[in-house]
Amino acid sequence: MTKIDFDWKPLLLAPILALVALPLTGSFSTWLTLTVAGLAMGMIIFIIASGLTLVFGLMDVLNFGHGVFIALGAFVASSVLGLMGDWTGSGELWRNLVAVFPAMLAAMAVAGAIGLAFERFIVRPVYGQHLKQILITMGGMIIGEELIKVIWGPAQIPLPLPEALRGSLLIGDAAISKYRLLAVAVGVVVFGVLAWTLGRTKIGLLIRAGVQDREMVESLGYRIGRLFVGVFVVGSALAGLGGVMWGLFQQNLVPQMGAQVNVLIFIVIIIGGLGSTGGALLGAVLVGLMTNYIGFLLPTLTQFASIFLMVAVLLWRPQGVYPVANR
Amino acid sequence: MFLKRLLSNDMPRSRLLALLLVALFLALAFAPFLFPGVKALSVAAKILVFVVLVASFDLLLGYTGIVSFAHTMFFGIGAYGIAISASRLGPNWGAVLVGLGASLAISLVLSLAIGLFSLRVRAIFFAMITLAVASAFQTLASQLSDFTGGEDGLTFKLPELISPSFEFAEEPFLGVSLDGRLLCYYLLFVAAVVLVLAMLRIVNSPFGRVLQAIRENEFRAEAIGYRVVVYRTTAAVLSALFATLGGAMLAIWLRYNGPDTSLSFEIMIDVLLIVVIGGMGTIYGAAIGAVLFVVAQSYLQDLLRMGSEAASGLPWLAALLSPDRWLLWLGVLFVLSVYYFPTGIVGKLRARAAK
Repeated sequence: MTKIDFDWKPLLLAPILALVALPLTGSFSTWLTLTVAGLAMGMIIFIIASGLTLVFGLMDVLNFGHGVFIALGAFVASSVLGLMGDWTGSGELWRNLVAVFPAMLAAMAVAGAIGLAFERFIVRPVYGQHLKQILITMGGMIIGEELIKVIWGPAQIPLPLPEALRGSLLIGDAAISKYRLLAVAVGVVVFGVLAWTLGRTKIGLLIRAGVQDREMVESLGYRIGRLFVGVFVVGSALAGLGGVMWGLFQQNLVPQMGAQVNVLIFIVIIIGGLGSTGGALLGAVLVGLMTNYIGFLLPTLTQFASIFLMVAVLLWRPQGVYPVANR
Repeated sequence: MFLKRLLSNDMPRSRLLALLLVALFLALAFAPFLFPGVKALSVAAKILVFVVLVASFDLLLGYTGIVSFAHTMFFGIGAYGIAISASRLGPNWGAVLVGLGASLAISLVLSLAIGLFSLRVRAIFFAMITLAVASAFQTLASQLSDFTGGEDGLTFKLPELISPSFEFAEEPFLGVSLDGRLLCYYLLFVAAVVLVLAMLRIVNSPFGRVLQAIRENEFRAEAIGYRVVVYRTTAAVLSALFATLGGAMLAIWLRYNGPDTSLSFEIMIDVLLIVVIGGMGTIYGAAIGAVLFVVAQSYLQDLLRMGSEAASGLPWLAALLSPDRWLLWLGVLFVLSVYYFPTGIVGKLRARAAK
């Protein structure tokens, strides 16, 4: 996509949504709280969805087992954080962050490593066949979920936030939870790194070229196969990171959390145009905002808010807001 | 000749498969007499329900090549239709018919809406959209607790004739008491046979052939002059209606319905597993797969329990063999079958016979 014909219309959706909600919520401080909460939730959803949209957009693999890596990341993080009790229990912010950071790294490493095996044994035989991809990755998810139950037990386990990340900051009358600020920061970093890698580095160039014309790039001497395995591993690792963020957001983990989150991330990447990183970010922010506004205004409809949003967007643009060309 | 007509000219085409199917049919037909005990009869009834449900899903996945995750939604609508009308209107046949009619109508409208809406979007979106719709519907069912009984579900009574308290003969026949439960089983049996034959008829009609053509190459089917959109939507609607009937059968047998019994995502996964293991695009595969699956679900756990006790010296092996992990082994079987025999049991048997 060149800069000249960049499609800016979908970007307006988020501010429009926020502006529509402003008079409905009544007070400015409530609106601010909800908006920041929505943005933060959107960022967390973006982190968990980014890996899936990367894998689909670049490798054309429909990974219905993506949820497993999310759950895996969250469970690994809970084990790591459990080992670092005196760091998470401390009231000092920097010690807490030092505890969360290795938990994230471990989650990404484990999810990435399992992703490597997943690609080799589950995905590789079915490249280019969407129907079989859906089926076999679904099977992979069942196996993964059951293995998580074998290792961590079938019951739900708590994942409390480290001390200093609990509670909220007051800006005027608006309460903004500290963890959500962290989530926004992580989300911005993930988006920045992805956009930079794909758009500005040689690896990104090769990946994009490989998507366009695989044979040509291979004949130039680059191993696209290896590169794509790398993309899958990165996608899985991002899911692991997203799992940590989502697990800390929910503060308790169930082995089925992957399947539960699946619905949400599918909605997000469908809105985004299935394969577009920017689209996924926009979709996630829209879903986050919508869920928070509706949750405040009409709590019973919270569960349906994101589905309404998806239907509305698809009626406007049946391919999602930023459809990936050539597909 | 008559058999050929009855099976719509879609013969098993493998001696072993034919043998299996006949054995299966006879076992289900005489299940109350062959396998005594309450559990065995429940397993047999569950098989009947699943045969219908899975075959209806195969209409969509195997014959038309559409992946939908909203299939249990229609199954649930059928079950809730019976449950709600029987608990409101009382235990009479009128209530059963009203419930059945209403749920079929709702399924028709909903499947038409999803079908028409999905035409606007890419085929891959369909799977994801149906997943979202199904999860919304499940939430709706548990939130409308005045109507659906919420998470607790609904327990209800059905007409005297098919309830266990009704005995139409004093003396047991061949050691089986002749009561309403037996009648209820045979009601399900007849329903399942009729529905499966009807589905066989549909897939072997010219209409069914067009569906297969669309599955194989949508572009060519369109180019020949078939309105792909119309055929796809019709297939989706038909499949939804058959699933609704399967749900009604389930509710009639259990006299209970709740979100976990008929709407849960686990059932959707089960259906997917069965279709693939049995063989996509063959109604017979649905039947064979359903039997294998339900029997495994009901008895594999006992087997695993034995294995787990035998392996108690090795804790990690015991944990893998724990009876609660039976789905793990089924998942492995599933992946292996997509890997090594994508045509499922029926496809494999037919390929062997054709050699």
